Formats: sequence, C-alpha cells, structure tokens
Amino acid sequence: MIDLTLLPDGGIRWLDASGPRGDIVLSTRVRLARNVEGFAFTGRARDGERLRVLSQVRGALGGIEAMRDHVSFRVDELALLDRTLLHERHLVSKELAGLDSQHPLRSGAAVFLGDSLGIMVNEEDHLRLQSMRSGFALSQAHSALDRIDRALGDRLPYSYHPDFGFLTACPTNVGTGLRASVLIHLPGLVLTKEITKVLAGLQQMGLTYRGLYGEGSEVVGNFFQISNQTTLGSAEEELVSKLHGVVAYVIEREEEARKVLLRDAGYIIEDKLWRAYGTLRYARSLTFDEAMNYLSGVRLAVGLKLVNGLSVYTLNKLLIFSQAAHLAYAEGRSLSETETNLARARFVRTTLERESGTAVG
Amino acid sequence: MLCDQCGERDASVHLTTIVDNEVRQQHLCEKCAAERGVETTVAVPKHPLSVFLHEAQQQAAPSTESGKCTICGTTMGDFRSTGRWGCSHCYTAFEPSMRELLRRVHGHAKHAGRPYEPPPPTLDERSTILGELKDRLRRAIENEQFEVAADLRDKIRVME
Repeated sequence: MIDLTLLPDGGIRWLDASGPRGDIVLSTRVRLARNVEGFAFTGRARDGERLRVLSQVRGALGGIEAMRDHVSFRVDELALLDRTLLHERHLVSKELAGLDSQHPLRSGAAVFLGDSLGIMVNEEDHLRLQSMRSGFALSQAHSALDRIDRALGDRLPYSYHPDFGFLTACPTNVGTGLRASVLIHLPGLVLTKEITKVLAGLQQMGLTYRGLYGEGSEVVGNFFQISNQTTLGSAEEELVSKLHGVVAYVIEREEEARKVLLRDAGYIIEDKLWRAYGTLRYARSLTFDEAMNYLSGVRLAVGLKLVNGLSVYTLNKLLIFSQAAHLAYAEGRSLSETETNLARARFVRTTLERESGTAVG
Repeated sequence: MLCDQCGERDASVHLTTIVDNEVRQQHLCEKCAAERGVETTVAVPKHPLSVFLHEAQQQAAPSTESGKCTICGTTMGDFRSTGRWGCSHCYTAFEPSMRELLRRVHGHAKHAGRPYEPPPPTLDERSTILGELKDRLRRAIENEQFEVAADLRDKIRVME
C-alpha cells in the first residue's frame, strides 16, 4: 500500500474547516486544463508519447518553488485499492485512477502533489492543474494556481491558439481551461424545497452543479458542487468572480432557509437531527449513502448550534475516512460489502464517541 | 420574426440583456448572433455538446471536412463518437465547424482569457519533436498516406 503520510497534510488540508464559511462550504477547488504542444492529446497518444509528456512535466516541475516538496505517484503502477484511495481524497479523478469503465488505466498516468496543489498528468488532457482550499476561498485558490500555471507554461510549451485559447481534448474546456468549483452543503434549501429554484437559477447564470465527486456523480448528503459551465469567452477573473457572487448569494439563501426551518418547524427539525446523530452514534452497519445523509443532518445540527462539542473538522474527516477504500486501508486488507458497512459504522461510532463525548443539546 | 440587426433572416436567437437595470429583448438570426457573440449572453443549453453531436450525426459531413487531421488522423466521425479531439492541430484542421461548435457550447468562439506565448523550444525539445514528426512521416509513407506525409515533411523542413 502507498504511504499517505508522505503527502503534505495527507493531501487533505482543506478538511480542517479553517477557511471562510467553513460551516457551509467544505472546499473550493480551481483547475486548469493544459496540453503540451508536440504530442497528440492523451486519448490519441501512444504509450511512448504519454511517457515523454510525463518526463517533460517532471523535468519542468523541478525548478518550480511552489512544488519543491512535492510527492508524486505513477498512478498506472499503483494497485486498485491505492488508486481508489487517492480518488476518495479527491486527489485524482476517476478517469486518471482508471476507475471509469469508459477509460481504462493509461500508461504514464501520474499525479504530483504539493501543498494544496495537485497536477494530474495524462488525464483527459496532458495536464490538469488543481488548487484546493478549505471553505469559500476562490480568489486564493485561483491565484495560487495561476502562479504555478505561469511558471510551468514558461518551461513547457502549452498548446494554444490565439482565437481559441488553451486547447483541450474536449471542446467544453477550451479557452481558459478553467473550472472553478465550490463544494457546498445545502440541507436548509433541500428541506424547504427551495433548492429546485436555486439550481434552475444557477443554470440560467451559466453555472452548473454536480455531486460530491464532480462530473457524473450523484448528489448525496445534500452536498452540491457548483461550478462554471463555460470556459471560453470570459477572462479567468470574470469566471471566478461570477461564481463567487452566485455562491455568496446561495449561502445567504441557505442561511435564510435554516432560519425559516427553526422558526416554523423547530421541534420537528430538532428531532430529525438528533435521530441522525443517534443513528450514527449507535448503528452497527451503515451504507455509504446512509452515512452521508445522517452526517448531513448532524452537520446541520452543528450549524444550528443544536449540538455542541462536535467540530466541523471531525465531520469532514468522517466524510473522507468512512469511504470504502479508506476503511480497507485502515483495516489493512480488502473488505466485502458487508464488512465495509460494519467497519464504517464502527469507525463513525468510535470517532463520535471520542470527539463528541460531551455532545449535548 | 425577422432579425433585429439585418432585418433579412429569421430570428432564431432571443436574447434578454440587463443593462443599467433595464431589461432589453433582442431577436437575432444565427449569423448576426455569431458576429455579436462576444457582447451577448447566450443562455447555454443544458447539454450543448450532446445536442451538437446529435445534430452533427444527423447531417452528412461537409465536403471540406470529410478529411482527417493531418497530424493525428482524427476524423469528424471520431470526434462524433468520442466527443474528444485528437491533438491541438484538430482545432485548425476543422476550424470552420469548430467556431460553430464553440459558439454553441460556450456562447462565444473567441478566447478572452490570458494570452500566452510558449517558451522557445530548447535543443532537447526540438529533437524530441523532430523525432516524433519523423516517426509519423515514416508511418504515413508506410500507410501510403501521401497527403499527410507531404504536410509532415513541410513541418520537418521548417524545424530543421
């Protein structure tokens, strides 16, 4: 198994909930899609080409300060469990990890991980540069990413067209290649059924939403990933500031919805949330979706200050570490589905017992 | 309804813009909308790419683009089935339909983000790229793709 302690902060510093609005916004990430000129795009490239892209990227990263202490993995040489683990930490995409049935694992697939920065090599595009932050911190995430993008672009020739901008395998990413997204918890809007209107509004604004794991993933536990839909025709800063404005508005609406819930249905909500807490605290078997949904309830209870003595950081850790590959990693062996559900309930139970021994309403 | 701009063609793009808190409705034909693409906000359809791909499948490929990208060999058919281009040259090889595609997907067909100038190639990179091009040339000749080979030979000459 890979040694995750080598990663700066395990690659998940954003879990600590230290960022702005960490109570509602889990994380902010911005990514840029880039290709290296002179090679076919990843899907069309031969094995040798992908390996040459990797070696050029490795060489170019050597001189970049922000990536000085990076850790890298040849994803194509990792076992399935290790690849799943990196995916569960949001450090590699499903496609890079070879977990997507449409795109089998490619030779030359690699990831370079620095402090809150990640670079995937030989994903759909040669390069997917990614910056992650705790909470709602779009401009910080973008400026850190912009610096490394410029440094790398000074060392490697990116594919670029004066009219179409940075060229990408899929035309939906061309231009800036920028996708900014905010992972946000919206139980208030879901419970008050306002969410449909809010989501429809997002689409009219040229924004889109997805589940916890990005493209193609379902919404579970009331976590939505809101991001820009288009990448061409606006400057990077415009894309980022538009998303910022809309998310700030969604946060306001979520806060209003929570107030309405407490005012109009106080005891019903309180009962529902304590039941969620009780289930997590005492259940003996939990599926992933169940755990996500109950954790969403407890997170809301913490936000409404119904439950004291439990930190958002603990809840964030539960989100990541109660996933199947993380449980198997902790047990040191692969687990069947039943064993996974038992291990999940045990992990959630003991964590809550340890970290919220004094939770009171 | 006729286009507000040219008054000749049917308006098929209906724009609602808000300027200084004033709502304005404009009705434009495809051509005028494309020309003004940069300054308008076009509502983006939910699955613009799949809509385009579907429509592209319905139409026969235009004769000018029935060919392949001379660098990677990707055809319009390949793009229709995968939704992905093969290399950066595809954007030049299929330029006319690319502009239309990008306008549909993004509401714009022109980059407005940061400009970029690639670094001058180092000797090492030059020899890598040259090696790659010569490799492709050899394969093109083996496969009797003489048009592709001629293109590649020109590129190699420029680099040498």
